[in-house]
Amino acid sequence: MARVKTGVRTVGAVLVAVLGVTAGLTGCSSTGGKRAEDARKAATAQGKAAVNTPRWTFGMVTHSGDGDTFWDIVQSGAEQAARKDNINFLYAHDDEAQQQAQLVDSYIDKKVDGIIVTLAKPDAMKGALARAKKAGIPVITVNSGSAESKKFGALTHIGQDETIAGEAVGEELNKRGKKKALCILHEQGNVGHEQRCDGAKKTFDGKMQNLYVTGTNMPDVQSSIEARLQTDKSIDAVVTLGAPFADTAVKAADSAGSKAEIDTFDLNETVAAGLKSGDLGFAVDQQPYLQGYQAVDLLWLYKYNADVLGGGRPVLTGPQIITKDQAAELEDYAKRGTR
Amino acid sequence: MTATAPAPAPGDKTDERLVKTSPLKKLMGRPELGSVVGAIAVFIFFSFVADSFLQASSLATVLYAASTLGIMAVPVALLMIGGEFDLSAGVLVTTSALVSSMFSYQMTANVWVGVGVSLLVTLAIGVFNGVMLTRTDPPSFIITLGTFLMLTGMNLGFTKMISGTVSTKSISDMEGFSSAKDVFASTITIGGVDFKITILWWLALIAVATWILLRTRVGNWIFAVGGGEDAARAVGVPVAKTKIGLYMGVAFGAWISGQHLLFSYDTVQSGEGVGNELIYIVAAVIGGCLITGGYGSAVGAAVGALIFGMVSKGIVYAEWNSDWFKFFLGVMLLLATLLNHWVRKRAEATK
Repeated sequence: MARVKTGVRTVGAVLVAVLGVTAGLTGCSSTGGKRAEDARKAATAQGKAAVNTPRWTFGMVTHSGDGDTFWDIVQSGAEQAARKDNINFLYAHDDEAQQQAQLVDSYIDKKVDGIIVTLAKPDAMKGALARAKKAGIPVITVNSGSAESKKFGALTHIGQDETIAGEAVGEELNKRGKKKALCILHEQGNVGHEQRCDGAKKTFDGKMQNLYVTGTNMPDVQSSIEARLQTDKSIDAVVTLGAPFADTAVKAADSAGSKAEIDTFDLNETVAAGLKSGDLGFAVDQQPYLQGYQAVDLLWLYKYNADVLGGGRPVLTGPQIITKDQAAELEDYAKRGTR
Repeated sequence: MTATAPAPAPGDKTDERLVKTSPLKKLMGRPELGSVVGAIAVFIFFSFVADSFLQASSLATVLYAASTLGIMAVPVALLMIGGEFDLSAGVLVTTSALVSSMFSYQMTANVWVGVGVSLLVTLAIGVFNGVMLTRTDPPSFIITLGTFLMLTGMNLGFTKMISGTVSTKSISDMEGFSSAKDVFASTITIGGVDFKITILWWLALIAVATWILLRTRVGNWIFAVGGGEDAARAVGVPVAKTKIGLYMGVAFGAWISGQHLLFSYDTVQSGEGVGNELIYIVAAVIGGCLITGGYGSAVGAAVGALIFGMVSKGIVYAEWNSDWFKFFLGVMLLLATLLNHWVRKRAEATK
């Protein structure tokens, strides 16, 4: 009880101190922050168009929700390619299939020169793709929908097959001698997420269970994983499906006193740092930057040279298994938002 | 408070306000009674269903889950007693975390400066909600729905504009981070069990809110404003000030939660928080707050948060098939609420 009381008192004292510091606005940090970042990228310059083809307009429509780190990287890959290829690049997204289809329609109405779409909910996008074809606009599908892409008349598909990626995880877990794993799904009802966990289950020799968490509420993600690890001490691996959740899983394992290894799909700065320090076992990267970059570049190649890649089969950008060995190099790239 | 309750004439024995009630009856009339019974029921249920539920470390996890929700549920309950809603409460938490992180990072300032600026910004948004509500006619549902949408957009827009990505940069290597982490996201070990500091913040908020509601004039204003705005105004209660104050209370809760989010996870995802506002309201309602206002308690809301924490984590401890997770959650919440309602009806009948 005494500890609790001092805790409360400290909290009060610190609160008063904060207000004091703020009022003075004197405190500066000599480490980290914007200043450090500026110093890092002082030498980096923005790219210029490398070609003098006409300024075509390409539109990209994804099923991303608001504020998704993954799609942010896809977009920056596409923008980089667009700068290089002298392309006017448009981007729109909506996580509801119907809205996404309407966005494609509006790009068709705008008579863009090429469209890039994701087929997370293929049936809803079928009509929009047919209209694009009728209007003579080439379409490239990215990320999800490798099975439907050709059927719907797209030039090619660029992305990762989620099942194959899951299988790679299962195999990697076997290699590491894991016996019981947990698959953390942060979005209930997402087909790609189910495919990843199912794929992992298929190749994993041990036992794998699913755990659904509320991805928009980090403390809930943490306490749910913590609860499961407390209740089953035999779990020796936790696989999260998104980079932001890997670090949270590490914290959950820590406070649950679990020795489980944390592995994750996708990559970001924190994951790269975690791999480097050994907090994380491995990450499965589908290289989102490449998905955006290649889509724009291939559309440009098609317009310029009628090139098509993949011969009707999906062009896979993953899975690439990243471990401690590659982490140091990738951390810098993740920091600038391209990995 | 003498203004709203004029002293009855001496010797007027028929006035029901002067009838002496036994302590037991007083207890039965408390708004949180139903939720306490519900909480005990949920606790006993999971103690039998899930083996590991009763471990000290598991209970600490449940308390952590309850506290992160409860820190918001308590001020939201006060606001509901005052007869208003705040749909912007969920994203406001994210806003608060984003402001402190981005301010510190962009200014390369000591992290505590960002934390202070965030407090001011968050409280200002609370004041905005309150002033918009009291100066205009539309109900709080609509006003705060507008704030909710604006904040959701601003969280994304500003973060993308300033950081270039949709999550903030890590500030964990900056000065002041470790001391701020101690205050908002540290762990206290008592008897070998790790408790998160949010539990302390939660308990402190419950204590302060209960004191305000039951022991101060402002508490009477809150009940009066929620029970009947016009009547309250007629007897001289500062209705506008009370409501603005209540929105500032919610903003203060959002600030604590937001700082916890930031200092636990170093970086903040700008799209987080959407949907949490409804969970805060659910916790307050389970805790006995009436949706129409004028009735409820801070303790009740805290117990509501505890029920929510026990159910959501209990399902995990029980290792029920996770495909049905949301369904189980819904059933348990509905049962807890019905039990709570039934107990309250019985309590009122015996009055």
